[in-house]
Amino acid sequence: MADINLTIDGKQAQVKPGQTVLDAVKAVGVYIPTLCFHPDLAPYGACRLCIVEIEKMRGLPTACTTPASEGMVVKTNTEQIQQFRRGVLELILTEHPHPCLTCWRRKRCGPFDVCLRNVEVTHRCILCPKNEICELQEVVDHIGIKEVEFPYTYREIPIDRDNPFFERDYNLCIVCGRCVRVCQEIRQASAIAWTYRGSQTLPGTAFGRPLRDSDCQYCGACVDACPTGALIERARKYEGPGDHKVLTTCPYCGVGCQLNLTIKSGKIIESVPAHNNEVNRGQACVKGRFAITDVVHSPQRLTKPLVKKNGKFEEASWDEALDLVASKLGSFKKDEVAVIASAKCTNEDNYVTQKFTRVVFGHNNIDHCARL
Amino acid sequence: MVTSFGSGAMTNSIKEIGDCACILAIGTNTSEAHPVIALEIPKAVNKGGKLIVVNPREIRLTRWADIWLRQTPGSDVALLNGMAKVIIDEGLYDKEFIEARCENFEAFKESLKSFDLDFAEKMSGVPKDKIVEAARVYATTKPAAILYTMGITQHTHGTDNVMAIANLAMLTGNIGKPSSGVNPLRGQNNVQGACDMGGLPNVYTGYQNVAVPEVKQKFETAWGAKLSEKPGLTVTEMIDAIHDGRIKAMYIIGENPPLSEADATHALAALRKLDFLVVQDIFSTETTVEADVVLPAVTFAEKDGTFTNTERRVQRVRKAVETPGDARVDWWITSQLAKHMGAKGFDFQSAEEIMTEINKLTPSYAGITYPRLEKGGIQWPCPNTEHPGTPILHTTQFSRGKGKFMPISYRPPAELPDAEYPLILTTGRGLYQYHTGTMTRKVKGLNSLQGEGTVEINPTDAERLGIKDGEMVTIASRRGSITAKAQVTKVNPVGVVYMNFHFGESAVNILTNPAYDPVAKIPEFKVCAVKIEKIGEPVKVG
Repeated sequence: MADINLTIDGKQAQVKPGQTVLDAVKAVGVYIPTLCFHPDLAPYGACRLCIVEIEKMRGLPTACTTPASEGMVVKTNTEQIQQFRRGVLELILTEHPHPCLTCWRRKRCGPFDVCLRNVEVTHRCILCPKNEICELQEVVDHIGIKEVEFPYTYREIPIDRDNPFFERDYNLCIVCGRCVRVCQEIRQASAIAWTYRGSQTLPGTAFGRPLRDSDCQYCGACVDACPTGALIERARKYEGPGDHKVLTTCPYCGVGCQLNLTIKSGKIIESVPAHNNEVNRGQACVKGRFAITDVVHSPQRLTKPLVKKNGKFEEASWDEALDLVASKLGSFKKDEVAVIASAKCTNEDNYVTQKFTRVVFGHNNIDHCARL
Repeated sequence: MVTSFGSGAMTNSIKEIGDCACILAIGTNTSEAHPVIALEIPKAVNKGGKLIVVNPREIRLTRWADIWLRQTPGSDVALLNGMAKVIIDEGLYDKEFIEARCENFEAFKESLKSFDLDFAEKMSGVPKDKIVEAARVYATTKPAAILYTMGITQHTHGTDNVMAIANLAMLTGNIGKPSSGVNPLRGQNNVQGACDMGGLPNVYTGYQNVAVPEVKQKFETAWGAKLSEKPGLTVTEMIDAIHDGRIKAMYIIGENPPLSEADATHALAALRKLDFLVVQDIFSTETTVEADVVLPAVTFAEKDGTFTNTERRVQRVRKAVETPGDARVDWWITSQLAKHMGAKGFDFQSAEEIMTEINKLTPSYAGITYPRLEKGGIQWPCPNTEHPGTPILHTTQFSRGKGKFMPISYRPPAELPDAEYPLILTTGRGLYQYHTGTMTRKVKGLNSLQGEGTVEINPTDAERLGIKDGEMVTIASRRGSITAKAQVTKVNPVGVVYMNFHFGESAVNILTNPAYDPVAKIPEFKVCAVKIEKIGEPVKVG
């Protein structure tokens, strides 16, 4: 089928059949705020922030759920849209602490500063684990809300800390449904679903039971999908954005998931599955998501060469250790030595290991645990 | 698989699985071992695809299965031959594909003539009509992919199992097309790469056979050393050779044989018998404590390099943090050791420099360079730097030319249950730990979810033995005995118990049978005979 041509804010866009108006908007590099939208999930149209005006269409359709069609003329930022968007966002903010979000001093405010607006400590942005990496903050800043006319109600739900890896603070939930949808659509687990109805609706487990009684496999997909601080990895809770990210390959199984490691002060603070690849496409499992930091930065790591003397290990320098190993291995007949390589090491490590065996000993007594 | 197709790797790619019309998942609990691949399977089912699960245990995948065949462990060949017979008898095979692409079909057809479905039913415990149904679905719903893991290979007849699978795929023409193929899912992160790099006793990089004179000549010239054309020893053979006194010293990198080898007691005794043992690892393990010298290596986060995943995709590993203390990158340590022993050609300055040497000597990796990998992973074979990589193998012809049908007959596992050891023990991986646990058991959160080895036992067996859920029991085989907590669950069929191999305290490989497949030399981890006894109440004194 032929590509679809449409006009976005006067720019020409081209998308494939089946793509949405939001895809076209992104294709021409225009930003419109979204909260319930997630690239891996089916369009949902819940938050109503991506409303646009389309010529010859009634009302304000949401860009994420409207299929692009030939000749559409779309406007993304008219006076009317801005007004409606602001109204929608103000309503969302009646259920999320926001005095900081709308405060002009936010960027300059530190954790122990006196709050001029007398905001309760637990409601401050500066003390939210998602501060500076929060999608809601981004959206509020973009739309530019100075004041919310309605009061907000703090839900006063106890924070759920009943699992080893992440915390669930539904006081910060904006009911976008991304966690519920990723758990159902992508992970096929349905550990969490919508609970209660109407204004009481929140994500949760069946009958509010702990996650360990559900089908949860602690993959962390819900945590990665959450746009606010409602779901947060405990270990990185107050680390902030980190210094930089390093893209690498997970060491835990043959799938080879691509992970982004967030580094802060020379330490890994989190590992999040990467999106743009053909292997894991934004997903990981409990090991790749939550079991990297503790292993890499374990205090039990071996840090010095060890040489056994009288049945006890003693620390040695590299020169000492290498000299000893070289002279010892050299003292046997060549075919009395065997080498086991590692399926956990890199290709480069393994190449050097087999070359070492074959060149130094002149035989092929090299294997690894491929069979185990 | 090498015998049948000429190449032993996954024929298709992970992302194709979601578009399969039919998936036959046999001997794989991929939801636990490769959770991210397992996500693709329900995707295919939700698009209307059929799923056939062949597994004695009620694994997570059975939830989505259209057909679930619950075979007796070790009876796969009987079952697969049964399916092949149905496909041939009912004329459901792909005649054109077989004529154009395969050989030895007549002999294979002949070998199944006398095969009887009643025999398949008797051996596998799967009702005949279910075998017929599965065969029909697999043969008529295309494209169909077969996924398998160690449930197929870790048997004394593992090679037969794999060839039986290859026969099925060739019969139905499910090779060389998108979302089809024969797909062994690799367990460890770089087990594919370690094989590709020649970390095997019979091949150099890219499966270039050591016995071929031209290959030997090529590597002798490149490396400037005298090489041997005689295949070396496999790990299991090395352990026997130590007991025979033929091997006296060993250099072990990042492996933990006392937990991972079958008949672990035998393996540990071998390590203790060595005159000299060097171990290179990131943590203290059951192996390092036996060493004379321990060399501290680094984790994946502290080095540059590449891993090759199960779909043959070479991907970058990037250094993210500094090395702790005096630990060093593995290739640096091995190169230094080579230099200390007077060898030439180990002056590598970076991982990229090593990859350049690999590119030169390995046709299937020739085009996989670091600058190209910056844009994303590349699937081998990739013969030059213009080549985009190969997502699907055998599209126009098999690596060996024609696909070869292999007539196979059923052989029972090496050790079957008897009066003394009445239960079948089978082993595998759990989601929350990895391999021998040297890494993952350092993670508190994972330990709280799965922190100790348990033995899963069917309620019927448990009742007969008077065992309650959560009780400590002794599990014994002819090779040794261990203790673990019993977990009474219907996941296992009657007569079969199951354990993970991650835990040193209840090291299940003390029990397993080291009898191995004559070709692949893979020990039979998946079937051995055991007995289980309740540990008596502690005797009260006074």
